[in-house]
Amino acid sequence: MIRLANVAHDYGGRALLTGIDLHIAPGAFHFLTGPSGAGKSTLLKLCYGELRPVQGEIELFGQSLRGMSRDALADMRRRIGVIHQDCQFLDHLTLAENVALPFVATGRPVPQTDLRELLAWVGLAGQAESLPPTLSGGERQRAALARAVIMSPEVVLADEPTGNVDAEMSQRLLSLLVELNRMGTAVMIATHDLALIRNAKAQVSARVLRIQDRTLQSAGADL
Amino acid sequence: MSTLRRNPLRALGGARQTPGFGDAGRVVPASGITSLLTGITSAVMAFLAVFALALSLSSGQLAQRWSATLSQSATLRISAPPSEIGAQTAAVLEILRTTPGITSTRVLDQDEQRALLEPWFGPDLPIESLALPRLIEIIESAGGFDAVGLRLRLASEAPGAVLDDHTRWRRPLVQAAASLRALAWFSVALIGVMMAAMITLAAGFSLAANAPVIRVLRLVGARDAFIARAFTRRFAIRALIGAALGTGLGMLAFAILPVAGESGFLTGLGFHGAGWLTPLAIPVLAALIAWAATRTAAMRVLRRES
Repeated sequence: MIRLANVAHDYGGRALLTGIDLHIAPGAFHFLTGPSGAGKSTLLKLCYGELRPVQGEIELFGQSLRGMSRDALADMRRRIGVIHQDCQFLDHLTLAENVALPFVATGRPVPQTDLRELLAWVGLAGQAESLPPTLSGGERQRAALARAVIMSPEVVLADEPTGNVDAEMSQRLLSLLVELNRMGTAVMIATHDLALIRNAKAQVSARVLRIQDRTLQSAGADL
Repeated sequence: MSTLRRNPLRALGGARQTPGFGDAGRVVPASGITSLLTGITSAVMAFLAVFALALSLSSGQLAQRWSATLSQSATLRISAPPSEIGAQTAAVLEILRTTPGITSTRVLDQDEQRALLEPWFGPDLPIESLALPRLIEIIESAGGFDAVGLRLRLASEAPGAVLDDHTRWRRPLVQAAASLRALAWFSVALIGVMMAAMITLAAGFSLAANAPVIRVLRLVGARDAFIARAFTRRFAIRALIGAALGTGLGMLAFAILPVAGESGFLTGLGFHGAGWLTPLAIPVLAALIAWAATRTAAMRVLRRES
């Protein structure tokens, strides 16, 4: 679904990633790890087209990112759910409205039953009418997950989804993502939380990728 | 809890939704000062536009009035030796009678000629002893007559006759009124340009202030057109409301403006009859300008973003 071939990226001439080859297949479960500043977020952004590579080819659902129009890219976001590190909500809208935003932003009617079920699934049915700034870190992360999956995407990309929550909450988030993966959604989680990865490996066959020395390596054995 | 205070219905039902849930117009938070300034700018510009519009309509009417009153009549002057003047006058009158477009002709008698000359020569002018030209007043029909054709006929049959159809006098006056009108229309256009500039600045500010909102909307798959629409709708509505207020005030000012004198230029300034409908176009135009300016600004920002 998402394919990167010999991709390189840099910020202002300082090389960050080189020679990246990656293929996210339907139903796959990937972890992306590596030290802070190694380029995990950058790699995720390349995967959903927010950044364009300096070198190499990126294919989203069989279409080359190069030459893809802004509208086509926007439409592609319906098939890729993204959970940002800092969630990124619209603070003047309620939680339910934020979760339903992908429908509103694409001019479709909001399926109220699905929305209620989804909020119940992430355990936020009671907070539907709260404004995002009043929520705790864990609630915000679960809301971000709900927003990422409301359009039933084929792949979910999560950037440090457990960065600001305690161990119990990260377990809960992980089990939601594992559940999603069992229903057929491909998942890629960028994290440096090794405990999270170990827990996941007990529940799902996950592949662990590590960014080291600007390249992507398989890191399955040492965990 | 603050959320309870925001929506009292929640205290009752718990699961009740915010009014306007899913309304695309709410994705951009309202910003008080920008919307107020946009409204005020639109109101002031519309108020000024009403005056410029009144000036352009009035000068247009003035030009028309001048050209209408002056073009309805013409004068024919016959200069000839006293022995021939009678015959030439008769010939001219015959020509005029058979010229299409002339309603009536009248030879000015000596008393009238004396009255015309009195301001210059006094009342005791022995007019009978002077070889004065004969004057014939021509009243045209609405369609007017062919001045060139008439001159040609006169030249061959009454060489002493000179036709003055007042075009000479009328042209500079009509030209003055026309340039006044052009100037007024130019002012209307300038006001439009200025409004576009002001709204572009306000929209630019709003887009910059809402950069995080735009980022979130892109993240969840909103197309550029949707994001731009969230801004254009807001600015167009503000401009419409502001301009409607300004236009209303401007029209009110003309409605209660004291009328100066019976005739003259100032009497014509203002709106008459159906003319009162023209300023109603100002709020619509203001909304269109705001829409276009905001859309241009939004699309520029969005394209620059990636």
